[in-house]
Amino acid sequence: MIEAIAQQPILAALIALVGLGILFGALLGFAAEKFKVEGDPIVEQIDELLPQTQCGQCGFPGCRPYAESIASGDAINKCPPGGQATINSIANLLDVPAPELDAEHGEEADLRTVAYIREDECIGCTKCIQACPVDAILGAAKLMHTVIANECTGCDLCVEPCPVDCIDMLPVQETIKEWHWPAPPTTADLIASDRSPSAIGGPQL
Amino acid sequence: MKTWVTPGGVHPPENKHQSLTMPIATLPLPEKLLIPLSQHIGTPAVPCVEVGKKVLKGQKIAEANGPLSVPMHAPTSGIISAIEHRPIAHSSGMLAPCIEITSDGRDKWKKHDGFEDVENATPAALVKAIGEAGIAGMGGAGFPSAIKLSPGYQRPIHTLIVNATECEPYITADDSAIRERAAEIIEGIGILSHILGNPSNIMIGIEDNKPEAIAALEPHVVDTGISVVSFPTKYPSGGEKQLIYILTGKEIPSGDLPADIGMVCVNIGTTYAVKRAIVDGEPLISRVTTMTGDACGINRNYETLIGTSVSHMLANSEFNQDGCSRLVMGGPMMGFSLTSADVPIVKTTNCILAPSYEEIPEDDPAQPCIRCGMCAEACPVSLLPQQLFWYSQADDHERLEAHNLFDCIECGACSYVCPSNIPLVQHYRHSKGEIQKARAEKVRSDHARERFEFHQQRIEQAEKDKEAKRAARREAAEQAKAKAAASPDKSASTAGGGAADIIAAAQARAAAKKVSPEQQQAKFERSIAGAEMRLQMAEEKLADAGEGQTDEQNNILTAAVEGARQKLEQAKGRLAEHIKQHNGEQVD
Repeated sequence: MIEAIAQQPILAALIALVGLGILFGALLGFAAEKFKVEGDPIVEQIDELLPQTQCGQCGFPGCRPYAESIASGDAINKCPPGGQATINSIANLLDVPAPELDAEHGEEADLRTVAYIREDECIGCTKCIQACPVDAILGAAKLMHTVIANECTGCDLCVEPCPVDCIDMLPVQETIKEWHWPAPPTTADLIASDRSPSAIGGPQL
Repeated sequence: MKTWVTPGGVHPPENKHQSLTMPIATLPLPEKLLIPLSQHIGTPAVPCVEVGKKVLKGQKIAEANGPLSVPMHAPTSGIISAIEHRPIAHSSGMLAPCIEITSDGRDKWKKHDGFEDVENATPAALVKAIGEAGIAGMGGAGFPSAIKLSPGYQRPIHTLIVNATECEPYITADDSAIRERAAEIIEGIGILSHILGNPSNIMIGIEDNKPEAIAALEPHVVDTGISVVSFPTKYPSGGEKQLIYILTGKEIPSGDLPADIGMVCVNIGTTYAVKRAIVDGEPLISRVTTMTGDACGINRNYETLIGTSVSHMLANSEFNQDGCSRLVMGGPMMGFSLTSADVPIVKTTNCILAPSYEEIPEDDPAQPCIRCGMCAEACPVSLLPQQLFWYSQADDHERLEAHNLFDCIECGACSYVCPSNIPLVQHYRHSKGEIQKARAEKVRSDHARERFEFHQQRIEQAEKDKEAKRAARREAAEQAKAKAAASPDKSASTAGGGAADIIAAAQARAAAKKVSPEQQQAKFERSIAGAEMRLQMAEEKLADAGEGQTDEQNNILTAAVEGARQKLEQAKGRLAEHIKQHNGEQVD
């Protein structure tokens, strides 16, 4: 048999190639089953970069739906809480140019805010509790509500449903522990004669 | 003894002689002392006194909060005059919680005793006493000493290194302390050695620019197993990792602690504080601080109470404000400028520098980087400062971390040698802060994601449960219908029977509740009798009151009588109705 095949080079090549084809095909088929990736990994990666405020300013009900939308080709500049930093990192991930933030969806805030309920005015309607995407509001029907400040993402979603307007978005004050050095002035804007006299003067005692 | 040579380093003018001409002095007792609750790395202490309370010198005024924290003690006797946010020596210029003590001028100690038998005391008891004394590393970082000394129980410590390098220009606090207190320092080292299980190798690392200090130490280390190792002066040899390399030739891996390779490194000031705490029972309430700079007439070291304001120190040192270019806490390389002199000296303050304009002039403006590479040669950690500078400007966090930004000790050698005057360390500090902020934000966003996903899941589950219930009800209704259709007669009769049973049961319950008519009548009669009595009493009262009363009082009494009469009539009416009803029932 082997001799017969060896006599016929064309047949031999055919058998060898078909054999290899079947072998590798089986291998690939096995690998595809064995190492199957559940879900879309790019969605996970984009979701990692989004700020998770779950505010819905992008027009999607939460950060993950927006990540899914970006993965299928949506614009990456619809997230005001993340701001330019988030846009840049998503652009970096997807290897696309980073656009400016789309002003239609809101502006980037300078300070992180958290919701604060003026407790005397709260009537206990539970509307804000239902609106909160991260369950950061505590309370029960006809009882005062309060916000767990540590869990609040500052998404604003509780402000609008409140019938008595007792929710404020307050900026989070930076503590001495969170403070870090500001960037030194860059070479471009540091000209000795432009500096204010107070910057040159001695210590204020 | 063989020493190793660290890479990089610089040789700035030492300027140490000015403050070494006189011995350590004590400042006049300040009127007020301000003790910040956070003078160390870790959680701030919690006040355990109230405003207005009298305290004695050395009395605890704030408790440690958790393991990574140290307590605070009153530096003098007096009254707690405030517990509030005040400006402290911090680059941010922000306020921090502080306790203010108004001194009573007596400086009276609380009763204090040290350990009587240190040699037989358990290490655990000694470590606890060190923690209670509020000792935090006095070299500058302020790491709680009790924690540093604890790993000895799990891991054998073979080397104890005492850091007497004091490599930064101008600072002489350790130098002068060694000259005057060598015996006590060696005693402190002995205690630390006992706590750490007598490590085989105990070294005092000191630069060779302090011959007097070395001479002072040498007679005391004879036969103690402690060796004084001097090595060539170079900045920054006093960094913990640098000193360990110089003395042992061993490098500590990035991100690890000396204890991970069996070593402990403490500042020499800390050993003195340990001796005071253990032998004398005195908590850490003062430290040696250098007051130096050409803007001060007196340059010397002071034994300064913690909480003394910088302005008090300056006022006692012939300070010339007009001639002072800036006020620096710490040395010229790693210190930071103060925006106000009304901030307190803390446990980690080793120097106050008040230089003249000639001494430390205003920084020249930064020029563009010419990539000369001098910073890379000067870096004691062998980083690439010029690369870090570019990435820092571009906010490229990934590459900053890949180039080991966090191994930078912020010694300032790169900025010192930079021919373009680029404030490199400021860039690194800023980037470190930004990266830490980004990490904190990442933690926060991960947490928010988890909560959001849980929220979604919960709502879905509630919806599912509701749907399931609805389906169950529908099914039950359909089954009942089907059953009814299958056997109409039987189901009708059972249903009818069931209804009749319920009605009968309800009637029986109502009958059982009902009292007999006789009882009811007796009850009404009793209430009539009561009402009659009350009416009588009210009338009597009215009669007694007679003419002597005012109209108002008469009116009240008349109204009472009227009320009682109405009640009586009501009761009578009820009885009449009852009798009528009862009779009616009987007639029926």
